[in-house]
Amino acid sequence: MSELAIQTENLTRKFGEFTAVDNISFDVKQGEIFGFLGANGAGKTTAMKMLTGLLNPTSGSATVSGSDVYTQAETIKKNIGYMSQKFSLYDDLTAEENIQFYGGIYGISDQDLSPKIDEVLESVSLGSVRKQLVRSLPLGWKQKLAFSIAILHQPKIVFLDEPTGGVDPVTRRQFWEKIYQVSDRGITVFVTTHYMDEAEYCDRISIMVDGRIDALGTPDELKESFSSDSIENVFIKLARSATRGDG
Amino acid sequence: MLPILFVMPVIQLLVLSFAATYELKEVDFALLDMDQSRVSRELAAKFQSTGYFNLQAETFDRNKAMEWLDAGRVSLIIIVPPDFEEDLTNGREAPVQLIIDAVDGSTAGLIQSYSASILNDLNAEKQLELKIKSADPAVVQAKTINLIPQNWYNPDLDYITFMVPGILVVLVSMIGLFLSGMNIVREQEIGTIEQLNVTPIRKYQFMVGKLLPFWIIGMFDLLVGLALARYGFHIPFLGNLATILVVAGIFLVVIQSLGLLISTMTNTQQQAMFIAWFIMVVFILLGGLFTPIESMPGWAQNITLANPVAYFIKIMRMVLLKGAGWQEIQVMVYTLIGMGSVLLMVSINRYKKTTG
Ligand SMILES: Nc1ncnc2c1ncn2[C@@H]1O[C@H](COP(=O)(O)OP(=O)(O)O)[C@@H](O)[C@H]1O
Ligand SMILES: [Mg+2]
Repeated sequence: MSELAIQTENLTRKFGEFTAVDNISFDVKQGEIFGFLGANGAGKTTAMKMLTGLLNPTSGSATVSGSDVYTQAETIKKNIGYMSQKFSLYDDLTAEENIQFYGGIYGISDQDLSPKIDEVLESVSLGSVRKQLVRSLPLGWKQKLAFSIAILHQPKIVFLDEPTGGVDPVTRRQFWEKIYQVSDRGITVFVTTHYMDEAEYCDRISIMVDGRIDALGTPDELKESFSSDSIENVFIKLARSATRGDG
Repeated sequence: MLPILFVMPVIQLLVLSFAATYELKEVDFALLDMDQSRVSRELAAKFQSTGYFNLQAETFDRNKAMEWLDAGRVSLIIIVPPDFEEDLTNGREAPVQLIIDAVDGSTAGLIQSYSASILNDLNAEKQLELKIKSADPAVVQAKTINLIPQNWYNPDLDYITFMVPGILVVLVSMIGLFLSGMNIVREQEIGTIEQLNVTPIRKYQFMVGKLLPFWIIGMFDLLVGLALARYGFHIPFLGNLATILVVAGIFLVVIQSLGLLISTMTNTQQQAMFIAWFIMVVFILLGGLFTPIESMPGWAQNITLANPVAYFIKIMRMVLLKGAGWQEIQVMVYTLIGMGSVLLMVSINRYKKTTG
């Protein structure tokens, strides 16, 4: 029990009559890099919002770092970091001010915070633009800032919703290096993506189709059981059945 | 954005106070004094001493006066009939005729009501003299006391003195309501609220964090406005400034909590703006700024009991213009505190970190 970072059973979310997330059940082990794959509209973001306490599930159960999503959402929030799919830091603050602000909210003391800001900005090579308004930064840099804020308070689990969406291949590569570094520190990583090549970087992946989890396992296991040579082909086989989305 | 917040109220205060004035300025009048008595001269002098009327010419020829009116040389003719003094002192009806240039209807209305007030005043004085002569002590006392209300505040009907404190309240309310009303819903629209909602921040911390910056801006604007009222408009500050500031601080919490409540109940900035405007217009119309609450119909008076703007306007006028102290305003202040606590608690409660 305690080794599981995330545990869900028949987790479901409906919007009116529409079932966005349909009875998903899976476990994520501590320290794992868990990939959540699926086409646009498959339900990845909705599932992640239920796990981070942003959205109430319609039915089913889930615990995150041992806390129940229905009753202990605020406890969960102490233990997790989150990087939203849509950039959601303050555009009209500088990079440094954003870090300062969230550091304050997570209760990091002033004297710990100022060396921390330097360290964080250097680690994502944003030191040169620390005094610049976030709105003037290119998307890839904004994403890096959002990522560094998600892990600022040393969470047990970090949720990354398409961290590499719309980012150039070089920056994508850097991102994954960062994700490995974070994982080496023992932080569990829950990451969604629709880039199939990124699936290979994960310890285990699940593939979502129309709100359901249609496949789950290590990349090698999935390739074997679908007798494909790449995750991309596994995905294409599964996606033929999809009725939803455009990806 | 920030400079606008500070410059806007100053400009509004100036424009609203000067441009939207209903005050008379220097009305030229002609006098046809057929009586040539002590009282008739007193009457003319009284008109002039208000500063609103200026005796342009005197004549005994009514047609000549009408010519002046036509030519626009005067906009008011005062005709004092013969035997005016005699009629007055003998308690008979003593009619004074006013011929007013009514091309500008609202000015004409003002001339009429100002004149009426001057004549009333004169009338009361004359009555008083009569009574004193008749020397019934009870009556004399009663009359003396009855005269006091006319001198209460703004005896010369100075529009600006009366309006500036009220306008200031409205400006501070608008800033408070709109800034806080747009705020949470704005963060929702641009998505920044999501990053906040996924942190362990407490709901009351979030709300107080939202309230405080706008509270400081509101207080600062109020101070600027008060300075302008004092040194620009020469509004008397009879009461205690600290009392005003304390009440303002409470009032801002009320109005901003209401704004935050609007913000938690709407989905777009446009909706929030619309509702805030609607509420603000009702608050202003039923706030006693332009029309006295006492002359509203009963149901409207009842609504004003729930209007924080009405309380603050009233307190401002009472403290600044009448020099009222804590005694006179405390019930209203407690009401504001009650409103503020309820609104703040409801809005904290309405704010949801997890969407349903
Ligand atoms: N608040 C909402 N109201 C109604 N439908 C929604 C809402 N949020 C998401 N959906 C729908 O749920 C489905 C899954 O969306 P999402 O979880 O964002 O997918 P993904 O992140 O995999 O692209 C989509 O069809 C989307 O339109
Ligand atoms: Mg998504």
